[in-house]
Amino acid sequence: MNQNVFVKMEEISKIFGTVKANDHINFEVNKGEIHALLGENGAGKSTLMNMLSGIYKPDSGSIYIHGHEVKINSPKDSIQKGIGMIHQHYKLVEVQTAKENVIMGQSGKFFMKDKELSEQIKKIANQFGLAVDPNKKIYDMSIGEKQAVEILKVLYQGADILIMDEPTAVLTPQETKKLFKIIKNMAKEGCAIIIITHKLHEVMEVSDRVTVLRKGTTVGTLNTKETSPKELTDLMVGKAVDLSIERPNVQRGPAVLKIKELNATDIDQVKVLNGLTFNLYAGEILGVAGVAGSGQKELCESIAGLYPIDSGEILYEEENLVGKSPRDIIKKGISMSFIPEDRLGMGLVASMDMVDNFLLKEHHNQKGFFIKRKPIMKKCEEMIERLEIKTPGIHHPVKQLSGGNIQKVLIGREIETNPHVLITAYAVRGLDIGASHTIYDLINEQKQKEVAILFIGEDLDVLLELCDRIMVLCDGEITGIVSSSDVTKEQLGLMMAGEKGPVEVDIV
Amino acid sequence: MRMTKRTDMTTKKAVFIRTSAIILALLVSAIFILLLGHNPLDVYVSMIDGAFGSAYRIKDTLTISIPLIVTSIGILIAFKMKFWNIGAEGQILMGAFVASFIALNFIELPKLLLLPLMFVGGFIGGGLWALIPAVLKVRFDTNETIITLMMNYIAIKWITFLQYGPWRDPKSMGFPKIANFTDNAILPKVFGIHAGWIIAIAIIIVVTIFMNRSKRGYEITVVGESVDTARYAGMNVKKIIITSLFVSGGICGIVGMMEASAVNQTLTSQLSAGYGYTAIITTWLSGLKSIVVLPVSILFAAMIKGGSFIQTAYQIPQSAAKVLQSMILFFVIGSEFFVQYKIVFTNQINKLVKEVKQ
Amino acid sequence: MKKSSVLWTIVICLLLIFAKIFMGTSFLVAVVIAGTPLLFATLGELITERAGNLNLGVEGMMLIGAVAGFGAGFITKNPIMAIIGAVIAGALAALIYGFLTITLRANQVVSGLALTIFGTGLSSYLGTNFIGQKMPENVIAFYDPIQIPLLSKIPVIGQVFFVQDIFVYFGYIMAIVLGIYLFHTKTGLNLRAVGENPSAADASGININLYKYVHILIGGALCGLGGAYLAVVEVPQWQENITAGRGWIAIALVIFCKWNPYKATIGAYLFGGLSIIGFRLQHLNISQNLLDMLPYLITIIVLVISSMKKSKENSPPKGLSVPYFREER
Repeated sequence: MNQNVFVKMEEISKIFGTVKANDHINFEVNKGEIHALLGENGAGKSTLMNMLSGIYKPDSGSIYIHGHEVKINSPKDSIQKGIGMIHQHYKLVEVQTAKENVIMGQSGKFFMKDKELSEQIKKIANQFGLAVDPNKKIYDMSIGEKQAVEILKVLYQGADILIMDEPTAVLTPQETKKLFKIIKNMAKEGCAIIIITHKLHEVMEVSDRVTVLRKGTTVGTLNTKETSPKELTDLMVGKAVDLSIERPNVQRGPAVLKIKELNATDIDQVKVLNGLTFNLYAGEILGVAGVAGSGQKELCESIAGLYPIDSGEILYEEENLVGKSPRDIIKKGISMSFIPEDRLGMGLVASMDMVDNFLLKEHHNQKGFFIKRKPIMKKCEEMIERLEIKTPGIHHPVKQLSGGNIQKVLIGREIETNPHVLITAYAVRGLDIGASHTIYDLINEQKQKEVAILFIGEDLDVLLELCDRIMVLCDGEITGIVSSSDVTKEQLGLMMAGEKGPVEVDIV
Repeated sequence: MRMTKRTDMTTKKAVFIRTSAIILALLVSAIFILLLGHNPLDVYVSMIDGAFGSAYRIKDTLTISIPLIVTSIGILIAFKMKFWNIGAEGQILMGAFVASFIALNFIELPKLLLLPLMFVGGFIGGGLWALIPAVLKVRFDTNETIITLMMNYIAIKWITFLQYGPWRDPKSMGFPKIANFTDNAILPKVFGIHAGWIIAIAIIIVVTIFMNRSKRGYEITVVGESVDTARYAGMNVKKIIITSLFVSGGICGIVGMMEASAVNQTLTSQLSAGYGYTAIITTWLSGLKSIVVLPVSILFAAMIKGGSFIQTAYQIPQSAAKVLQSMILFFVIGSEFFVQYKIVFTNQINKLVKEVKQ
Repeated sequence: MKKSSVLWTIVICLLLIFAKIFMGTSFLVAVVIAGTPLLFATLGELITERAGNLNLGVEGMMLIGAVAGFGAGFITKNPIMAIIGAVIAGALAALIYGFLTITLRANQVVSGLALTIFGTGLSSYLGTNFIGQKMPENVIAFYDPIQIPLLSKIPVIGQVFFVQDIFVYFGYIMAIVLGIYLFHTKTGLNLRAVGENPSAADASGININLYKYVHILIGGALCGLGGAYLAVVEVPQWQENITAGRGWIAIALVIFCKWNPYKATIGAYLFGGLSIIGFRLQHLNISQNLLDMLPYLITIIVLVISSMKKSKENSPPKGLSVPYFREER
């Protein structure tokens, strides 16, 4: 077999329960090549790559690395065969230093020689242009630095096959550029690089070839130069689709929520919200952009009465909410939903059925000692029909639904309470294009009902299309509030990195 | 071969798996008994005989099951919140302490007034004792398991202190014991067993309705599943933990009142007799379902009673029953795996792969 | 040197001087003896928790170790057999817990509680024949204090720390060895990673289950040793429930010492002192029963204080009591 084919996966299948995550997939990567693995959320990209990294074992099919058929039973096997994977959620030990993270799990002397190791790591870092301080603790690092540690780790392990799972999802456009440079550099040095992504422009920008997956099957492998974003979209979704998101024109109403000089600190006395001042109007969607951990969660929780505030005001229809209980705030018609990384956790109880999950907020409004499930059951039936939620029934535990349906239940419940203010964070996390659009439609529907909406998002393209205005956070500070029609992604990126942009609290 | 999460679990199958686990535990214990040179079948039969062999023995078994049932119900409320209250032993004692204080100091009160007063006293005593770890948990996030356990020891030392010191009965002629209760402080018998069984059944019914139908019961379940979700739903998690623990400890305190009044007819440091620990097992085995507590507790009461019977019949120490109990616990904990997961073999996987292809 | 460590050193020196003046050197010698079983158990639980497993079965493992150690020593009349018996029994008890929580993915809290209940029952069952029995003389003699040349000549400290039995010395060695192991070796680094972030450790090619099993077993063996010290050396006769809650105090000490083996020694000897101060203060006319509450009461206080200060460092391993399964979806 050709020595230049670093990875060859043949007829790979993987089944979870009764779901076919991968169905007879074929995939090939060459030396010195940057290969994009493109597909929607849930198409099976991560599953396929996790079989290379030893997290999962294939149920059928064969894998060839450097021309030899191999069985990869554990991450250890995978590392030994020269495969390094950088997961979407970084696998780093927060309380340890970069150096400790890099050398953990690797063979070496029983007693550690600190200086020697630091030198070794610095050498590799310089070779590839990575800026890493070996003795810095991970929890002190920015997202970009953490990613550099992850890359350094796989290079230290001697990997010549690199897999990166959605590496740009949490980066600013500028950081993305820098990353792409490093990747191209690595390809030149003779590595084979696989990038998992669902962003078309990145595929076009960085890759040599692209393999498209859809619903667990291979649709095809193309040379990037010979294809177009349009063709890739059609292959990815399976039909010609319009990817643009609607932005209905709604006459902006009065400022429903006024935030003034909001300050908050975390348990280590670090400022997490720093003098936030902005207004949220009825009938608008205000997007919030920022690198993960810039204060988005704290902002949401502060408004919902869940995070202790040091100083400042949150005025809802001129009434200060600071000091009010979360329950009172819910009763006033302020709804907050936060989709965490594991996608269940915060808004829903996984093991409970739809009715009991619906009751989470509804039970505050019921009078008396006992809980009433009957009226809720009707509402749930209606919701299933209206939002086309796929579930065996209202008494089925929500954890057994698919991601899109779980999020529909969550957002549907929030909307059902007829809120005046709707705060939603990462509403489309992990959803495919179809499901995402359903959620956008729901949010737009609320906007037309003159609800004031705060939309915290990750994807700048989505923010630019969906929102009326965008507020950018960096380290708990507002670095800009701009109208989304006159800002570019690059400008947003600079603000996300801390550069001050225009802050116009009242722009239309 | 590999493990996959089950999605097809029915109640029937789950009950089957758990029952098999108990049987397996009995089999393994049988080997243990065999190694000791006894015939396991004989031992098991005489345990059953010792627990249910005569009307008198049945009464004894049921009398033991009363504190087990009530304590399990108390613990269940805390466990539902994943608040690992293993301080039932101390809560029983402190409930008994307050109830005894009332019994010994208001001897002139009529029975109809004194007993309810003791009942309330027991509840408050146990409740307040459980309140301490609850407050520490919500205020400082201290590990409740260790605190509740430490408080068991403090409670025992406290009662011992009273027994040897200030509350020592001068008429006991140097023997360190507290004075016996007067008749009006003793729970009457109903159908030959002290009235505690009525209380136990009432508590089961009330708590079952409370957990399944009331708002607070619902909130407790949510807190147990995910504190974050509860917070996001606007629940006052701290208040829920504190009030529920008061009720949890209070119910255990009632056990102290019943044991002091009906069984010991005085206060002693031995009064809780390990019920607080055994009830941890019974609560867990009942799958945190209040109705299931009843049969499980009776089964365990039978093991305790049968255990003391085999001690006289076979000279097998009573603690063998404890070993048997924990053996059952081990197996049931382990069996949970088979409720959650199923093992799929390679040829089945291959079949699935093919099916999917078509 | 950090500010807090200086402060600690001063506090400890003051305590030592205070105890020496008011209670005498013999009291301090007894303190070290009383702290030794706690030290072993604390180190055992510490290494277990570093692997991300909260084992609440310490009390049970100590009791099983105690009865096995006593039984082996009593029957064979061989002091070495007593140790071997305790180590094996403690490890086997931990194996039950390990099998339940690692292989069968059971809830750690409940499995640990079950182990304690089991250990209490088993030790009292197996110990029935030993009640009131004393260790054979030759075994006791084996554990007589040994003077360490030079070191034992240091005033006060020499008498207190370096005229002790081999178990005590082994305790010092264990604390130091575990400290070096955790903070200066490769496997120690890997172990910390397993406890902090098992999925990261797994992705780095560390065999999570192997690390967990090995350290849970070592932890159990150490707890078994702690129990055996009580029954074989400190008491040295069999009593039912001989540990009297020391296992639980050890779990609290792990939190107190912030998962650091060196600091575990401080905690263990401090609480060793508390557990025997009752006997020494009898002349003060305070009830023995009230004084007996002290170690438990102070455990609570210490636990509250340790829980009050929270920071990123010095906090429990993040993966503690969170089960990890690679193929979970």
